[in-house]
Amino acid sequence: MKNRIGVLAAGLALTLNAETIFIRNATVMTVTKGTIQNGSVLIQDGKITAIGKNLSAPADATVVDASGKFLTPGIIDCHSHTAIEGGVNEGTVSDSSMVNIKDVLDPTDINIYRELAGGLTVMNVLHGSANAIGGQTVVAKLRWGKSAQEMLFEGATPGIKFALGENPKRQGYPAQGFGLNQGAAQERRYPGTRMGVEEVIRQSFIEAKIYQAEWKAYNEKVARGEHPIPPRKDLRLDPLVEVLEGKRYVHAHCYRSDEILMLIRVADEMGFKIRTFQHVLEGYKVAKEIAAHGAGASTFSDWWSYKIEAYDASPYNAAIMQKKGVVVSLNSDSDELARHLNLEAAKTMRYGGLSEDEALAMVTINPAKQLGIDDKVGSIEVGKSADLVLFDKHPLSGFSKPQKVWIDGHEYFDREKEIETRPEFEKKKKALQDKEAAAAPPGRRRTGAGTGESNPTATNPNWEEAR
Amino acid sequence: MRGTILFLACALGMQAAAANSVLIRNVTVHPITAPDIQNSSVLVIDGKIADIGPRLSAHQGARVIDGRGLHVYPGLINAATNVGLAEISALRDTVDLDEIGTFNPELRAEVAFNPSSEHVEVTRAAGITTVITLPGSGGRGGRNGGGSVITGQGALMHLDGWTWEEMAVKRGAVLEMLFPELQSGGPRQFAALLGTPATTFQEQEKQYKERLQRVSDFFQEARKYRQAKQAGGADFRPDLKMEAMLPVIDGKQPIFVRAERERMIKDAVAFADKEKVKIIIADPRELGSTGPLLKEHHIPVVLGKTFELPLHDDDAYDAPYTLPSEFFKAGVKFCFGTFDVEFARNVPFEAAQAVAFGLPHDEALKALTINSAEIMGAGEMLGSIEKGKWADLILTDGDPMEAKTNIKQMFIAGREVALESRHTREYEKWMKR
Repeated sequence: MKNRIGVLAAGLALTLNAETIFIRNATVMTVTKGTIQNGSVLIQDGKITAIGKNLSAPADATVVDASGKFLTPGIIDCHSHTAIEGGVNEGTVSDSSMVNIKDVLDPTDINIYRELAGGLTVMNVLHGSANAIGGQTVVAKLRWGKSAQEMLFEGATPGIKFALGENPKRQGYPAQGFGLNQGAAQERRYPGTRMGVEEVIRQSFIEAKIYQAEWKAYNEKVARGEHPIPPRKDLRLDPLVEVLEGKRYVHAHCYRSDEILMLIRVADEMGFKIRTFQHVLEGYKVAKEIAAHGAGASTFSDWWSYKIEAYDASPYNAAIMQKKGVVVSLNSDSDELARHLNLEAAKTMRYGGLSEDEALAMVTINPAKQLGIDDKVGSIEVGKSADLVLFDKHPLSGFSKPQKVWIDGHEYFDREKEIETRPEFEKKKKALQDKEAAAAPPGRRRTGAGTGESNPTATNPNWEEAR
Repeated sequence: MRGTILFLACALGMQAAAANSVLIRNVTVHPITAPDIQNSSVLVIDGKIADIGPRLSAHQGARVIDGRGLHVYPGLINAATNVGLAEISALRDTVDLDEIGTFNPELRAEVAFNPSSEHVEVTRAAGITTVITLPGSGGRGGRNGGGSVITGQGALMHLDGWTWEEMAVKRGAVLEMLFPELQSGGPRQFAALLGTPATTFQEQEKQYKERLQRVSDFFQEARKYRQAKQAGGADFRPDLKMEAMLPVIDGKQPIFVRAERERMIKDAVAFADKEKVKIIIADPRELGSTGPLLKEHHIPVVLGKTFELPLHDDDAYDAPYTLPSEFFKAGVKFCFGTFDVEFARNVPFEAAQAVAFGLPHDEALKALTINSAEIMGAGEMLGSIEKGKWADLILTDGDPMEAKTNIKQMFIAGREVALESRHTREYEKWMKR
């Protein structure tokens, strides 16, 4: 109990005690309410409290002069695998809905800081795509330096990852897998076809509905004062019941139009909603059906042709879906891509002719809507959290870069400060290296190649775990 | 009817005019090797740039394009791709990279270049007229395994033509080599060459030296072959591998050496010195202390993607972004490549990111055009808008490094090529649904 109060207090401290900050003379790109030239934004207690042209700074405010610079909402990534400790797939079973990203969130993953430096402030952290039904997901803020608990986005609806198509069926014929699985002798695991993927999802929901009914009956009896034997607790079915009750969002990895349509029909049959289709590279072929279902679509800007189900992918996908009424976001699925989602958004201007606001919305307010957090973040509006990015140039220009990033009114990144502290950091690093070199017995020294190398899978777009 | 006849006459007239002669008027010309010129024209005759200036008149029968408000740049060059050799990277049957064998200098990329690859149209839609196509995937991430040291010869290819013969600008532009790496995590691209995985540093070093020795031996063998060939003895038998090595040991064909780390770069330069061969350093991930060495030896560099994660957790977050400007400050000549297929079109954006982090804008443009041409030994033919060069031109409404810019028209050797692709066709088709 004491612990819980501690966590709550820490959570409160994240938003309270924030400085009063006054950002002036910026080109304020609100995304939802137009762009204000030479505008100012006031931040108090972690929230945006005023936006306008003729504001004056309160006496206690820290003033940031943003002349010539561009202020945007914090960027939101609707599909991230950042900060997941260890593997992203619990690939041994077709339905692994019992596992939870919350249990493996690593707040020391350096990619959090790297992405923050690219203007990212919120990420939807998902399992991989090895299973038809993957694990439970969380929405996190990139509060670098805070604990895993403190990174969680307060009040955000948790999700669950589904996966359709090649990835979940690949375990059905593992000898033909690629990447780490190539040629390895492994057990086959059902399903091995798209038909089997559909069956796994339908079967799980049929079980979930029976389980839901058992608990309902039990709770009714308890309410009547009876003392029945409770049904057996099932950690796999609990999150699926939450999906049926609208308390947990479904984020479904998919590529081809047939499987997208399939899941919509399964959801219709079982009585749940798909919150987002993820990747959804052929979404442009069934945009009407996606829009009618009310699902969002979170896609790549221009990935294509790395596998057969991506051969009909198109950089125009986002624009087509948007024009046909779908709420569309652009995601990263990559620790690297998450560092410049604003530049990914700019590609929708070339491929499909979207406006600047529409392009920027793809990585701010649209993903916020998809994650059900658009009342708190995703645009520069009074009352919303002060998650903001200050760019030196227009954020849709390839020549721009973030200068400062705030989350809840706290400055989490400042390029000038970062560069200032580099010599000191290098000195400390050198001292540590010298110390290690002096201490290591001869012949055991680790030099050069391979020491501390970044995970190569992080940037490899063909890594099945990540997609 | 009369209209039809008139139309036919016009059509015939146009056909009579040289298909690769054109006058582009009222444009801002970005020659790259000279300052930009406002309100100017570019005259193309028979596929070559005939003149640049404000008051040019159309060559007889040449097509006239009014490009008011638009810009003309030389076609962009991606100096490292696998375009044409790989279609769908996860499907091995569609991939012709990484042939079996340790030393494959005789393999030639252009002969397996699929002119109908969808990647040709998709890549050029981004303003890229020319690519280097390499026979190896390079091992970064181990897409297709590998195992080679010398993967074959890369070719400089125009992204237009009915056949690979028509597309090839310069066959055998480079010989691609994966430089041996001192492994600490077990063998990767040298699995074929290595015996057991390395364990201690001393063992790793020993194995590494053995690998280098095997490479040296191969070059030595080529020299002996040349001697034998020159001697012309009755028992001399021609050998494809050895024949392919002759231009290399004669210093005529540069070796495109993939070397990611500082140590590999240094060792590669030492190797080139010892073997007296020309090298290009490819896909370095760090500069370290190699700047003066590369500059002194006039060794050019093909930089890989700027959009990468730093090598180490404790590297600066922007280390890959500032790398091109570091090479620039070190006085090393460089150009850009992407070392892939499906993202080959994004090479201008990779360059833009380098500009955001300190590389001068003009240098980035050079590294997408003239530097690439010169490094690949084709600087006399293309890479800038200069009289006598091939008319590889793009007409744009802005900076080709910006995503929001539209590439409006493209000419390759003076021929206008379509900017439609699988993607634009699908767009039109599905917008109708």
